Amino acid sequence: MKPLLKLFLQAIVIGLLARSAQADGSGPNVAAAMRASFEAKRQATMARLTQDETQRLCTQHAALPLPRKVAARITALNRATVKPPSDGAYFGDLKNGEVIAQTGTGLQSSDDPAKPAGGNCYACHELAGSELAFGTIGPSLRQYGKLRGNSPAVLAYTWEKLYNSNAQMPCSNMPRFGARGILREQQLKDLMAFLFDPASPVNQ
Amino acid sequence: MTRRARALAGALGALCGLGLTTLQAAPSTEDAIAEYHAMFGDENPAELWQIRGEALWHEKRGPRHVDMSGCDLGLGAGVIAGAYAQLPRWFEDTQQVQDLETRLVTCMTTLQGLSREEVLKIKFGDGEKKSELEALTAYVVTAAKGAEIRLPMQHPAERAAYALGQGVFYYRAGPHDFACATCHGETGKRIRLQTLPKLTEPAGAQNAYTHWPAYRVSQGELRTMEWRLQDCFRQQRLPQLKFGSEVAIGLTMFLAKTAEGGVMAAPSIKR
Amino acid sequence: MSDPMRIRAVMLGDQVDVKILMSHVMETGQRKDAEGVVVPAHYIVKVTAQCNGRTVLSADWGASVAKNPYLSFRFKGAAKGDKLTVTWTDTLAGTRTDEATIS
Repeated sequence: MKPLLKLFLQAIVIGLLARSAQADGSGPNVAAAMRASFEAKRQATMARLTQDETQRLCTQHAALPLPRKVAARITALNRATVKPPSDGAYFGDLKNGEVIAQTGTGLQSSDDPAKPAGGNCYACHELAGSELAFGTIGPSLRQYGKLRGNSPAVLAYTWEKLYNSNAQMPCSNMPRFGARGILREQQLKDLMAFLFDPASPVNQ
Repeated sequence: MTRRARALAGALGALCGLGLTTLQAAPSTEDAIAEYHAMFGDENPAELWQIRGEALWHEKRGPRHVDMSGCDLGLGAGVIAGAYAQLPRWFEDTQQVQDLETRLVTCMTTLQGLSREEVLKIKFGDGEKKSELEALTAYVVTAAKGAEIRLPMQHPAERAAYALGQGVFYYRAGPHDFACATCHGETGKRIRLQTLPKLTEPAGAQNAYTHWPAYRVSQGELRTMEWRLQDCFRQQRLPQLKFGSEVAIGLTMFLAKTAEGGVMAAPSIKR
Repeated sequence: MSDPMRIRAVMLGDQVDVKILMSHVMETGQRKDAEGVVVPAHYIVKVTAQCNGRTVLSADWGASVAKNPYLSFRFKGAAKGDKLTVTWTDTLAGTRTDEATIS
């Protein structure tokens, strides 16, 4: 059988299998299998396997385009969690912001719970032009502040994005740093400074 | 930076001349890594595990004092050539879908009479703490080099394992909302400088699956599929994936089936 | 009792092409374990290779050589069928000698 034809037929078979798996309840009980297949390890507790509504909806609609109503529900749900900075000031320490962007540890079972989590921004984004080891899962943020300025609208948009990415992009790949308690308020402010300060390596 | 990462960076630096100083960091890094691999030729520290595994396979062990020649990995007792390329699969005797690692545990316990606890005491090696399971896995996988992955999935339990694996692949959970798909659901992306295969299509799945188990230079250890899966979940901020669990087998089945037609090249060498 | 070295020695023209895979933890003495205790140094300090009664390689290693070291080198003055003997010694006075026939 011609290799291309074979590949095509394989794709159809896999597609059909996929559909049968996702059919109304007759598919596998993934949540139950997850509970049975994992055990708690240090700070990574079993509770982490329980999905919230956002995760459940995003999983349900994973391989297909998000229906408009579902998208609206997710953005509304997540926008409601966004808390502005408690003192109204957006900017913290840009040097610490850089550290947070570079640090990939935090919340893993292998991590020290006493240490603050990092944002691991460089895993997915380009930021400072001088840092070449950057990922491409997210868009480039090079010269972020320089290109956008710091109007109240831009600051509010960026804060919201950092706090809870799903407030704007339902089912975003980006973690919901503020809402899920990954980063503390001060850390988010430090990241804001790293993104916006004219002196930041990001804006050179 | 760890010592091993430094050693690798040093090797890359020597090869590239200047290290990572150009904007084409990704392609030239890949070229440098390819050159580094080429330097090894056919050599690979994984051989050390393979040799140990071969010795263990032929050694009469346990209270029953037998070797592993009676171990059926799906192609008949003692047949290891190509065995890895048709796993995971349903086994009548255990009434389960099993991957290589759990099947080896079955053989060591039922044939040799070793206790499950003993066999699983050191699943993944660490320096002087060597894992027998890892060594046996390396030996059996090497015997499948060049074999084409074929998973007919005729048994309903095999199809169910595949469906579960696929479901888990998209399951978003944990504080970071990570699913396997978060990193492995798109082509042409990378985390830092590590390119990410799209595991839901044949090309990406083949690229990945045919190269595991692998010698991980940064750890100085040979790492298996079971290890790789549980390490992914650790990075996803989820709890510990249990060895040989439904999810472990299901994901392996999903990946292997998606990689069908790919030619086994493992054990390979990785960062 | 350490794992044996994998030694491959083949003729390439008039040179012998040698590839050696050694099994050794190569602990630098700077690493800390999970409890924060320093793991003591334990690494190969000397590697020598002999052939036909002469030393064809003598290497002094430090802590920066990676775990399970892979060594590759070439030398002249030997032929197919000759024996190559390789010895390593480490910081804890451990030692290992293995040999291979040049093919």
